[in-house]
Formats: sequence, C-alpha cells, structure tokens
Amino acid sequence: MTEPMLDIQNLSVVFGTGRLRVDAVKDVSFHVEPGASFGLVGESGSGKSTVLRAVCGLAPISGGRVMVNGQAVKSPRDKSFYRTAQMVFQDPYASLHPRHTVDRTLSEPLAIHGEKNAEARILEALREVGLGPSFRFRYPHQLSGGQRQRIAIARALILRPKILLLDEPTSALDASVQAEVLNLLDELRVRLGLTYVLVSHDLAVVAHLCDRLLVMRQGEAVEETTAAALRSGQAANEYTRALIQASQGFARDGVEPVLV
Amino acid sequence: MTGAPLVQQPSGARAWLLSPEPASRWQARLGRFYLGWRAFSKNPLAVLGLGVVLLLILVAIFADLIAPYSPIIGGNLRTERLLPPSAAHWFGTDDLARDIFSRVVYGSRTTLWVVMLVAIIATPIGLAMGTVAGYLGGWVDTVLMRITDIFLAFPRLILALAFVAALGPGIDNAIIAIAITSWPPYARIARAETLTIRNSDFIAAVKLQGASTPRIILGHVVPLCLSSLIVRVTLDMAGIILTAAGLGFLGLGAQPPMPEWGAMVATGRNYLIDQWWVAAMPGAAIFVVSLGFNLLGDGLRDVLDPKAAK
Amino acid sequence: MTKPLLEVEDLRVRFHLRTGIVEAVRGVSFQLGHERLGIVGESGSGKSQTGRAILGLTPPPGEVVAKRLTFDGIDLLTASKRTLRTLRGGRISMVMQDPKYSLNPVMTIGEQIIEAYQAHRKASRGEARDKTLAMLEAVKMRDPSRVFSLYPHEVSGGMGQRAMIAMMLVTDPDMLIADEPTSALDVTVQMEVLRILDELVAERGMGLIFISHDLKLVSSFCDRVLVMYAGHVVEELEARHLREAKHPYTQGLMNCLPKLKDDIRPLPTLNRDPAWAL
Repeated sequence: MTEPMLDIQNLSVVFGTGRLRVDAVKDVSFHVEPGASFGLVGESGSGKSTVLRAVCGLAPISGGRVMVNGQAVKSPRDKSFYRTAQMVFQDPYASLHPRHTVDRTLSEPLAIHGEKNAEARILEALREVGLGPSFRFRYPHQLSGGQRQRIAIARALILRPKILLLDEPTSALDASVQAEVLNLLDELRVRLGLTYVLVSHDLAVVAHLCDRLLVMRQGEAVEETTAAALRSGQAANEYTRALIQASQGFARDGVEPVLV
Repeated sequence: MTGAPLVQQPSGARAWLLSPEPASRWQARLGRFYLGWRAFSKNPLAVLGLGVVLLLILVAIFADLIAPYSPIIGGNLRTERLLPPSAAHWFGTDDLARDIFSRVVYGSRTTLWVVMLVAIIATPIGLAMGTVAGYLGGWVDTVLMRITDIFLAFPRLILALAFVAALGPGIDNAIIAIAITSWPPYARIARAETLTIRNSDFIAAVKLQGASTPRIILGHVVPLCLSSLIVRVTLDMAGIILTAAGLGFLGLGAQPPMPEWGAMVATGRNYLIDQWWVAAMPGAAIFVVSLGFNLLGDGLRDVLDPKAAK
Repeated sequence: MTKPLLEVEDLRVRFHLRTGIVEAVRGVSFQLGHERLGIVGESGSGKSQTGRAILGLTPPPGEVVAKRLTFDGIDLLTASKRTLRTLRGGRISMVMQDPKYSLNPVMTIGEQIIEAYQAHRKASRGEARDKTLAMLEAVKMRDPSRVFSLYPHEVSGGMGQRAMIAMMLVTDPDMLIADEPTSALDVTVQMEVLRILDELVAERGMGLIFISHDLKLVSSFCDRVLVMYAGHVVEELEARHLREAKHPYTQGLMNCLPKLKDDIRPLPTLNRDPAWAL
C-alpha cells in the first residue's frame, strides 16, 4: 500500500472556550491516496469546510493528527507546506483581491516563493485553466464568475502543489459554468497527477468528481462510502439516504425527509 | 443583470482606456483611473473643490510671480496704512501698510505647508496603527487601540498650547501638535476596514501561499483601506486649516511678520468696524480653501467609497 | 380554461445606465392561472427582474414597459400607487431568497406577521393574533406561540423562511411570487419548506410563480416551466414533458448537471449559440 497523501486521524477542531465553546469537528478520520479524489459531504454546520481549513492552517487543530505527504503538519505551516497543498475557495467573488489584476494575483505566489521567470509561468497558468493571455491584466470585476474561479484555480496550481483542497468550488456558479469548471478540475487532476479533497453539499457533484467520500453531520463523520454505492442508492445511514432523496429533486408523494 | 447593450462602441483613446482586455499593467491602471475620473467629473461641486485646491497649490508655487508687493515690508506708514481695496491694492492694506493681497497669496504657502505636513505625518501613522491592530488582533490590537484612545482624549488646542509652551511658538510646532492629535480617527477607520478585510477569502488565499504578515498588510490590506482614508483626510483638511488659523489667531502659530491667514485675521480684529477688509480678506481665503477641501472630499467619497455615498 | 389570474404580454425591463440602455427582460409573455409556474434561467437571464416587474419593484433606474400586464383585470402599469400598495402583500405576495434580509431584525416574528395582516385586512389585534398563530402552525412551526415572540436572528434559516412564507400567506393572496425561496437553505430543509409551500398553494388555490436557477427543482415542483435566456423565454413546456425539451439551451441546461445515476465524464457543456440571445 502506498503512503497516503493526506492522512487525518481523530481530528477535532474547537473554537472558543467556556460557554462560547463550539466543537466544529469531532473526532474525524480519513485518508486520501496520492492521485485520488476524496469528497466531504454535508449541510451547513457539518464541519466539512472546517476540516479543510484545519488542514491548511486556517483553523486550529485541537486534537488528532494531520499528515500531509507523509509529514505531520507544523503550526504555523512552513513555506514547503504551501508548495504541497493549496486551496480553492467557494465564492469566486470574494477570493480574488478586488484591486489586484489577474497578473498581480498570479505573480504573488511566485514572488513569495522566489520563483524565476514569472512571465512564462503566469501565461502557462492561464493556458492551463483555459484562459488566454488577454485575461492577464484584467481586474476581477471584468471577469465572470466562472472566469474568476478559473483564475483562483490557476493561482492554486501555479506553485505546482501535490494536493488541492476544494471548498465548494462550483456552488456559486451557474449550472452550465459548473459543468465547465468540473470538467477542468477532472482534466487537471489527471494531467498534473493531483490529489483532491472536495467539499460540497451537492451529492451529485461529489459523486461526479470523487471515488470515495465521507458524509458529515454536525461535526461528526456519519458514514464513509463510495460514489458507486451512492449511485446504486446504497447507504447504510438514514441521513445519507435522506441526502440522496433530497438530491433527486422535489417529490410530491415522497417519503418525508429527515428534519434537522 | 446583463443583456445586450444597445450602445455604440467608444472610440480612440477612450476605447483604449476602457478596453476589457488591457494589454499591460499600465493600461489596466489608467483604465481604472479614467473610470474614477469620469465618475468624479460628473459632480460639478467636486470639480469646483478640486479647482480650488489646485488653485491653492498654483498660487503657493507661483507666489513670487503673483504677488505685486512684498508680504513683509510695508509701504509708507503715513500714507499707505489701512487703505481700502482699490486698483493698486486689490484687498487693501493693513495697519503696517502691507498689501493684503500679497500677504494672502504668500499665506497660501503656509496653509499648504500645514496641510501637506499633517497629511504626511498623520496618515501613515494612522494607517499603520489601524491596519496592524486590526490585522493582528489580540493584545496588539488592545495595546495599539488604547494608545489611540489616549491621543484621542487630548484636546487639540490644549495640546498645541503645551507644545508651543515647551518648544516655543512657531508654525512647525503647531503642525506637530495638530498632526499627533489628528491620526487617531484614521487609525480607527483603518482598523474598522481591516477587520472586515481580515477574514475575507482573498486574504486567506494569500496566507495559504505563504505570504508573511508584513506582506499581507502592505500589499493586500493597505490598498483597500487607503481610499476611505484619503476621503477622510481630505474632509479633515478643512478642520486642520481652521485649527492652524486658530493657533495663528491666538498668536501660537506662525509668528509675525510671516504671513499666515489666522494671524492676519487676528490683527484685523482691531479694525473690524472701520477697516473690515483687513480681517475679511484672509477670512474669505480660509473659508474658500476649507470649502474647496470639503467639496473635493465629498466628491472623492462618491468615487472611492461608494458604500458611504448617500 | 377560466380567465387567467395574471396576463403578461411583451414585458420589457430596461435600465438606463451611463453606458447605455440595457434590456434585462426583452419581450416576455405568459399567462398564469391557478397553477404552479416555474421560471428557470441562469444568472443574468432576467428571471428575477420579471418577478420584480410584475410587483412594480423594479429598482431605479429601471423602466418597465409591456403591451399588457394585468392582474385579475387590473392594469398593473397604470394602476395608482395606492392600488398597487393594497395589491402588494394583500392579493399578490412575494417570498425572497434570504429571510435574513427580508425580515425586520428589530421586530418579533409575530409582530411582523400581525402588521402584515392588519395592513391589508380590517381586523382587531386579537383576531390578527389568532390568524398569525394559525398561520405559524400552518407552516409547521413546532411551537407557534414561542416562535411568535422570537426575533429573526433567534431562528434558523429554514424557520426564518417558513416565517416569511407565513407572513406572505397570512393575507390569503391570490398569487405568490417566490424568487429562489429555498436557495439559501440546506437540501433537507429545502424539501421541507417546499412541501409546506406546496400544501398551502394547493389548499388555497393560489397562483404561484416559482423563480429559480435549479431546473431539477422547478421541474419537479411546478406544473409548467418557462426557460429564460438573455432576457426572453426560449421555451415553455409542461414540467412532466421536460425530457422532451426541444430548445438546445434547455437540453444543455439539463445535461450539464452531474447526475447521481448514469454519470457522464466529462460533463456535456453548453455551447451558447449567439442566435439564442436574438
């Protein structure tokens, strides 16, 4: 068995103390093989995004162990960590600096890590995400939602990371744009040999992009299953079944879904 | 909501500026600047304010060419004292037979000097304190903001008095006093802006690229705080000019015979009833310049800080 | 067929911007009876502006023109402000996307519903209160009298949206416009809110316009669907005949969604034909 690219054991994340204490993630474990794609599914408040944020240092690791590429993560993360793992955020309108051109956004990581020939790297990054050089000097407000998300993906990939953390990368996009971005992500994973961890509330999106997935609810892992099992409608857990049911659209005479 | 725009395409230089596909960093920046200017120039009062401020700068630069007389050496004390406005002396003369127009013209240098120094001293201090406190949070925030509160508690004129008492009267000491009492509001504004920016995804994204804290503050937070700060500083300029004039009026700012509008009003006070022009002319200059900065600030706010506009 | 509740013919919404005139809605026509009509489209398709124009809520500098825009025989374009006010919230109601922005944060939910009721119906406070509690029960609030005295920030998103629906339906409107009423909610809560909406609309024989970007949801919820693209309706069809959609845009919109069952890789993408926008 190869060593996992991401190995999370008994992770818990706690915000605040005393009366304000919130246990955002409780004892969650999973691992992702190199080159695989793993999904985290759940509704708001399930802690799925917090897991990603804990991996990359935006949320504290209160308990458990996170190993990335065979090494336990250090707090604060060092520069080599950021060359291994990068993240794409949900809202393409919020994840790009409004006063920075695409060029500035893409050259920033190169400058931080002292990379040479920024010019060529930027043009290559744009090409990778299907945008031409004409986009290079645009401001975010001159881009559509889908184009912005492509820039965010280009920014995440420009340091050539091994693992990409995707936090609802398509939920703010129109359906047709979502399809384009999902195809792009699929293609990039194969071409660059990336490992994905995808967070989404949309079962269909997760099943499309990932082979294995973990269903989360209120900070806890509910069930780890495979996309194939979801497709055939098999789910051991009642909550997972409710999610599958709800993702099929509105059912007038359907089974009453589980209320939260 | 998009749809099919039914307009003719702009041509020439405008097309270049408004190009949706700028070919260089400069074109992108100029395009942005042009859009801002277009919005700004839609507001006639703001343009008027800008005009007044530009006029102040030009007058200060070319004071030697504009002023017909010396601002310091008066004429014949027997025949040319307290003359009313005339073709020879547009604003009349004062009690030392000096041409008031020349003195107002040279006084613009003092005013501009005050405005520039305060802006150069207070804005960076406020910006640095506010962004660092807001971005780092925790005890840094507490310490910096309590320091800000202490400075905020000083009455401006009293502090100026203390300074002048310690260092001796003079315009530079007055400026220092004004500057160190005017940065706290800027720190507050910068901190408030930073707090909203701090948790945004684009800051998280640059953090995840391994950027250092100074890099994030300087390259990513400061540019977003700058516009609301520029607006506030411009709007405050009127108050700063008035404070400087007030210090001059009390005899604590510029010292005679240096032409300074506040001090000139103070001298004119003795002749207010019979020779109104001695106080009214520099007073009008203070009024016009203050108004100019206010109008400019309002206009800038509409362009730079659309949230705050009506 | 009985007389339609709402008749819209050649509705246009124009925005006079500095850069020129932008038409967000370009000649939309439809009729609504006592049925559930879905309007589907992507962002920028003009679906929300259509809903707003019917209620006269087009934000400035927008301008609404139409050959015909009548509700139950009343011309909405020429009606006085007064008439419009009594219609809005009285006989026509609207549920917006996010309850956080549509409920007044400094009034309790109960007070808001009472106010909405008394604005349109002559009723004593006691009657209004009873009606409000009944309405809160109708939207399946577990403890109506407790919810009555809660402030909007004290309830969850799903409860807030149900409170919103209660407020909008308390006056027994003839027509309800729901603009993305469940998009801000979790899927399981979404289904619950839709079920309540469905029951109430069926019970009261209301006309419903359901505006959404979610083709799957709209087609499973509504009787009839209008598909909008670039400001006009490219296709109108019975929801159950969605599979037989003819317009390539509708087909593309349907196919580009990843599906749990029979998933295709890569996903078919939409090739936007410039001719659709004409």
